[in-house]
Amino acid sequence: MSDTVRLRIRRQDGPEARARWESFALRRKPHMNVISCLQAIQADPVDADGRATTPVVWDCNCLEEVCGACTMVINGRARQACTALVDELGASITLEPLGKFPVVRDLVVDRQVMFENLKRIKGWIPIDGTYDLGPGPRLPERERQFAYSLSRCMTCGCCMEACPQVNPRTNFIGPATLAQAVYFNASPTGRMTASERLEAVMGDGGITECGNAQNCVKACPKEVPLTTAIAGLNRATTWHYVKNWLTR
Amino acid sequence: MDRKNIVIVGGGLAGQMAAVRAAEQHFHVDLVSLVPIKRSHSVCAQGGINAAVNTKGEGDSPWEHFDDTIYGGDFLANQTPVKRMCESAPGIIYLFDRMGVPFNRTAEGLLDFRRFGGTKHHRTAYAGATTGQQLLYALDEQVRRYEVAGQITKHEGWEFLSVVRDGGGACRGVVAANHVDGAIRAFRAGAVILATGGPGLIFGRSTNSVINTGAAAAAVYLQGGVYANGEFIQVHPTAIPGEDKLRLMSESARGEGGRVWVPRDGKPWYFLEEMYPAYGNLVPRDIATRAIFEVCVNQGLGVDGKNQVYLDLTHIPADELEVKLGGILEIYRKFTGEDPARVPMKVFPAVHYSMGGLWVDFDQMTSIPGLFAAGECEYQYHGGNRLGANSLLSCIHGGQVAARAAMDHVDGVPAAPGPDPYDAEVRRQEAVFEEIRSMDGDENPYRLHRELGEVMTDNVTVVRHNDRLDETLERIAEFKERWRHIGPPDRDGTLNQSLYFTRQLHHMLELAHVIALGARLRDESRGAHYKPAFPSRDDDRFLKTTLATHTPDGPRIDYEDVDIQYLPPRPRVYDVYRKEDRP
Ligand SMILES: Cc1cc2nc3c(=O)[nH]c(=O)nc-3n(C[C@H](O)[C@H](O)[C@H](O)COP(=O)(O)OP(=O)(O)OC[C@H]3O[C@@H](n4cnc5c(N)ncnc54)[C@H](O)[C@@H]3O)c2cc1C
Ligand code: SF4
Ligand code: SF4
Ligand code: FES
Repeated sequence: MSDTVRLRIRRQDGPEARARWESFALRRKPHMNVISCLQAIQADPVDADGRATTPVVWDCNCLEEVCGACTMVINGRARQACTALVDELGASITLEPLGKFPVVRDLVVDRQVMFENLKRIKGWIPIDGTYDLGPGPRLPERERQFAYSLSRCMTCGCCMEACPQVNPRTNFIGPATLAQAVYFNASPTGRMTASERLEAVMGDGGITECGNAQNCVKACPKEVPLTTAIAGLNRATTWHYVKNWLTR
Repeated sequence: MDRKNIVIVGGGLAGQMAAVRAAEQHFHVDLVSLVPIKRSHSVCAQGGINAAVNTKGEGDSPWEHFDDTIYGGDFLANQTPVKRMCESAPGIIYLFDRMGVPFNRTAEGLLDFRRFGGTKHHRTAYAGATTGQQLLYALDEQVRRYEVAGQITKHEGWEFLSVVRDGGGACRGVVAANHVDGAIRAFRAGAVILATGGPGLIFGRSTNSVINTGAAAAAVYLQGGVYANGEFIQVHPTAIPGEDKLRLMSESARGEGGRVWVPRDGKPWYFLEEMYPAYGNLVPRDIATRAIFEVCVNQGLGVDGKNQVYLDLTHIPADELEVKLGGILEIYRKFTGEDPARVPMKVFPAVHYSMGGLWVDFDQMTSIPGLFAAGECEYQYHGGNRLGANSLLSCIHGGQVAARAAMDHVDGVPAAPGPDPYDAEVRRQEAVFEEIRSMDGDENPYRLHRELGEVMTDNVTVVRHNDRLDETLERIAEFKERWRHIGPPDRDGTLNQSLYFTRQLHHMLELAHVIALGARLRDESRGAHYKPAFPSRDDDRFLKTTLATHTPDGPRIDYEDVDIQYLPPRPRVYDVYRKEDRP
């Protein structure tokens, strides 16, 4: 393996600025990941031709793929930079910001819309209060495991990036938010307000936008069972629709 | 609007818990956070959260939990607040259960509990191996609910710079900077709660998130807040070494039966089990870390001749491992390419947690009236060494206490004396950035940070010697001087991370000074603080909280007595079960 790591990074000084490409050549070390490359550039900000530049701007916190912050497009695929190991990425590495969200600077994008979508589906358990009211409801371990598989979603946006239906025309809230609706509706307490969430996902930009392309589930780093969740939600909304119609 | 307004800085477990508590009591909360609160460092917590609910018929109780915590902390923690925390723990677990946290269950559908270090009881509730993430998300959802209701306003992407003090010295709000556009403004409040997490980055690479610089607590220290027990830094025995970060391998791996060993004379040597027959692999962290150091560094028995030991799970059925530890095994697999269900993991100690932090009273108020602190940024609950799974508990409990106290404070606070202090503080902070922008030396802030991290890790972690601490203090003075010769690699523009990092580095150097000086002056061994030249605990001289106060010549160190009203100090030994050496 070559002892140089080559990176091409798409840079953009601000939301309105024109994007440009910069190349970097770094000395290869054992166990590098994309984060340690970007850190090396911070410590010595010169490009591949030896010209001084500014450090590349990117987001990261946990560096162990639980916070979702460092998501970017690496060699054409949306994923986390912290788990992108250099030795597995081939001869040259291309870094770009996520394409479905507005760029703030360089590799940083604004994913606020995902948090806003969680408001739309009333993404919380409506507890009476945080004072001590004794134990919660019992739950079979099997149901708990399904809930857990959904609640590991770290709002990273990989599934949004992969989904063809997430685009300016559809207004689609996207697979992650739909799966969260399923999560809250699966909880013994959340179930009591399930119809509110069903109504929300039946509205504009909701579940009907999903074309069942299945790209999302393949893109999810946390193996959230997105398509299983969406299929279940489809059945629930259909049933809810019929029930509404019958009791009209 | 300022009277019923509380500013909370930080949206980890402590900050979010406080925010929800205050919003629920009809206060308005401005929640200021560097990162989107859902991405706070608390998501990293893997293993679990402690509460003595005794569902396994082991005779556990909050009192036992209290005893384990005080003993595990080598008697340095004030006992009144720790006792309250342990008593509130079962209620906290039930609350999070009601909020929907998918805690693992027993066959009966009840909460399951596992074992952690420093106790003989199954006392740790867990949600797979991503407990912190699950707890944080549950709060994040409640915060969102109050956001929709207009009770909480989030300000994400804002960095806290300083507190605003009125003519009488009381805290009346904060000044913060927006990272994207560089705007600096004041947030007014009747009370402020700081919940900004730990300072792991001072040691360069650690198990912490990279935002954990401790800069916010340092800013308060520079403004007159007292910083307590800074020298007590927990080094976790088991982490995966990495270029960018030392990733934690949770204690839950040992809680579920993982065994630590090195090859010796061609056979596995389970040295923890041999040295500490009563607790075995589940001795507290300071003890395990020193044993690993002894075996690797002093006896040269590290695996493959390197500083690393095996942490072995291969004897446990793979499907059981997946359900209980999936999240952390995935981390190991993703970063090393090896499967812990088939080959033993290779691990080594890494800086993990700060027991020290801002001094607070039993109601979480700092030495600055009206400024409260909760979570890892304060010092109150863990003494000389924190037990595993007690931090998430202390964050949540501390957040609850702080919210209550802050609301009471707001209700009783008179109008601010003297002129409006906000503009002056905003201008002072603007001037700081002007100064940093105008520096034009040839030091790079990121390289300087690396050097600081290396010096601190080499000299102020597992084993401490006074001559090396003296050298460290000299190096810190040199770093402070060199800081003034930084040329920020990026002077203006949107989201100028290096500008903010340069300021944070300044604050890290100040806290590094507090930590190293505290260690230098404490001539004893207690909990995580170990000096071979003073190998035993010295209660006569040092059963005392270290208090650091900022002066222009560096930290002034004083000492304060510890509240020991419930449990008289006794020797701390883990090779026999502690009941037997109780009087
Ligand atoms: C890898 C790992 C695993 C762990 N596992 C466990 C475990 O299993 N059990 C356990 O009990 N403990 C565990 N801990 C410890 C525990 O996770 C932390 O102590 C705890 O999460 C700290 O929470 P906090 O609320 O104090 O702060 P954090 O979660 O660190 O949050 C800090 C908040 O403050 C904000 N902030 C920081 N600085 C500023 C600033 N200047 N301006 C504005 N906002 C700011 C951040 O944006 C963030 O929202 C673990 C720690 C690590 C590193
Ligand atoms: S199934 Fe296809 S269309 Fe539907 S959310 Fe997933 S990627 Fe998008
Ligand atoms: S579902 Fe998966 S890919 Fe989508 S945001 Fe959540 S973690 Fe990311
Ligand atoms: S930094 Fe948190 S997911 Fe990569």
